[in-house]
Amino acid sequence: MHLDHELDEIFPHRHSYSAAVSTRPDGTRRALRIGLGGPVGTGKTATVAALCRALRDELSLAVVTNDIYTREDAEFLLREAVLPGERIKAVETGACPHTAIRDDISANLEAVEDLEDEVGPLDLILVESGGDNLTATFSKGLVDAQIFVIDVAGGDDIPRKGGPGVTTADLLIVNKTDLAPHVGVDLEGMARDAKAQRGELPVVFTNVKSDGGVTPVAEWVRARLAGWTTSAA
Amino acid sequence: MNRAALMVLADGRFPAGGHAHSGGAEAAVAAGRITDAASLEAFCRGRLHTAGLVAAGLAAAAAAGGDPLALDDVADARTPVPALRAAARRLGRQMMRAARAAWPSAELAALAAARPRGAHQPVVLGVAARAAGLTPLDAAYAAAYENVSGPATAVVRLLSLDPFDATAVLARLAGDLDRLAADAAAAGARFPTEGPHVLPAASAPLLDITAEQHAAWPVRLFAS
Amino acid sequence: MSPAPTTTRPSGVPATAAGLRATARILARTDAHGITRLPVLDGSGPFALRRTGFPGPQARVCMVGAMSAPLGGDRLAVEATAEAGASLHLTASAATVALPGRTGDAATYDVRLTVGDGARLDWLPEPLICAEGSDLWMTTTVELAPTARLVLREEQVLGRSGEHTGTLHSRLTVRRAGRTLLDQETAYGPGVPGWDTSAALGGHRALGQLLAVGPEFEDAEQRVRLLGGAAPERRDATGGQGVLAPLTGPAVLATAVAPDALRLRAVLDEAARSLPG
Repeated sequence: MHLDHELDEIFPHRHSYSAAVSTRPDGTRRALRIGLGGPVGTGKTATVAALCRALRDELSLAVVTNDIYTREDAEFLLREAVLPGERIKAVETGACPHTAIRDDISANLEAVEDLEDEVGPLDLILVESGGDNLTATFSKGLVDAQIFVIDVAGGDDIPRKGGPGVTTADLLIVNKTDLAPHVGVDLEGMARDAKAQRGELPVVFTNVKSDGGVTPVAEWVRARLAGWTTSAA
Repeated sequence: MNRAALMVLADGRFPAGGHAHSGGAEAAVAAGRITDAASLEAFCRGRLHTAGLVAAGLAAAAAAGGDPLALDDVADARTPVPALRAAARRLGRQMMRAARAAWPSAELAALAAARPRGAHQPVVLGVAARAAGLTPLDAAYAAAYENVSGPATAVVRLLSLDPFDATAVLARLAGDLDRLAADAAAAGARFPTEGPHVLPAASAPLLDITAEQHAAWPVRLFAS
Repeated sequence: MSPAPTTTRPSGVPATAAGLRATARILARTDAHGITRLPVLDGSGPFALRRTGFPGPQARVCMVGAMSAPLGGDRLAVEATAEAGASLHLTASAATVALPGRTGDAATYDVRLTVGDGARLDWLPEPLICAEGSDLWMTTTVELAPTARLVLREEQVLGRSGEHTGTLHSRLTVRRAGRTLLDQETAYGPGVPGWDTSAALGGHRALGQLLAVGPEFEDAEQRVRLLGGAAPERRDATGGQGVLAPLTGPAVLATAVAPDALRLRAVLDEAARSLPG
């Protein structure tokens, strides 16, 4: 018993150092963790890249990627030089990206801890899911908030179909709005369907690759971060 | 004694990171050594009687109260390539997190503090089994079964192998598992008094060689 | 002294009346002039020991096979020691062939190597060939002082050309400064579950290791090197393949498999060429 107590002094709650615990081992507020999920090809990695460029001068940032082919997304981010290499970690998912962010989050938690240890203290960690289906969501044990990214090219019926990603994500991004006229998509209808599915939860219609396209997303992240740092530990 | 805890520990859904590791199966599939249920069974039988036996012995020894730090060194001496040592430690760290949530104990806490980057997974598994009130034989079963269920699950994903065939492979290995777990448990029980030479040290050269090949791939689905 | 690793050797392997008991002993000691002398050079039975080369810092000894051994029931041993500062280089003139005995008993072959501080031992025998019907339990146990250096090669060939293999259980244990650096068992042949599978040999019939230990491996970061057909630029499943990798400690180990002894040696030679010195 004595031993247990002593070790808890050294490594308080290290074993459950998941999103449920909002402090670092030393008692300071740990980095906010935001997950980005969504189907393949909707622009998750582009959103991460744009967010890094928008926020890297004001925040200490890091990224965990969960690509199907382990290092592809991490290497894209490195090529784009959005962050120094030591701030990007890739997690292998054994061909099951949703398992790594929802059912068995241990490898992702380890990556998050390692980033805090190696380049911390961090303000914000973005955890990018591998492209998956509409039901893939992040465990609350891994992230504090999640963004779901869909695009207009996937069809304007996606918001109506719903699914946990569309209905419950803290922010829904409908990306590539510039393509709407080319693919015959009714943006207003998508907005109505999203509203019906999500109630008051926010939706951003944008093209993250355009100038300023990521600004509303970055604003949302800043607001989450402000709430995170001021709320009691 | 609490036998039901074994089902929690050995459950494929126990969140300890195993889903991202193929146990060498991804490399064996790429090399054309696993192509169907029969070749999966041969691979699993070979892995079981080498890496699986070593893992089961380590887990049983840890569950029998053997010094986990000494066993961690014993595991290093039986793992001659860095890729497999790194995978074992990553999985050990992940198992530690899940085990401490499930069965908090002073021994798990002490091992986590001494090896913050992870001890070899079978050692953590053995200490976890002990914390859960399980026996060295239970720990040997969990380690040995996981040693073959991991590759079988991975091959279902890699080859789109019929999952019923993969499950039948595991069922056919049950007799081998029974004998091996008993041997490993007997060896593990001797470790605390007799030392490392009583523990199995079976090696599989191709698993070592292909683990380092796999680690050098630029693109892969599984971590090991 | 820790007991020899004999995990799974059946306790019922007796020295039968039919079997041969023989131990070769070699002791290398350096004299005041830095010349390695051999105060003990004691062969017997199947071991004839020949000193080769001229007296110098390194003593070279060749083991000349004087009869067929080990046969089933034989109990053979080699004990070689390089005392502090000495350098001993051991080779063999021919492969060792494990053969069946008249009684069906297993044979044992125990190699014990001891290397003192600042000493060097090269143990480079020819392959062990497991003939059909043979049953051999082999141990190689190495004790190294903290600054000892070792180069050890071990090659096993499963069956002579065109025949099935015998049964081989072999254990290699290397302790350095009181800590176990490497502990490996290999078991192949009839009665060994899973030995001829894609996890272990993938159809290959020759396997081997080259181990190098020494202070020179302490500091430099040792990189993993894929050997033979395992290297990405020469992916070739028909020849030998292997990996050279650092152990946990000042040592590197090459592990190789190949269809036959010749192609196995080619892979281990490739590993040897990439070692420092």
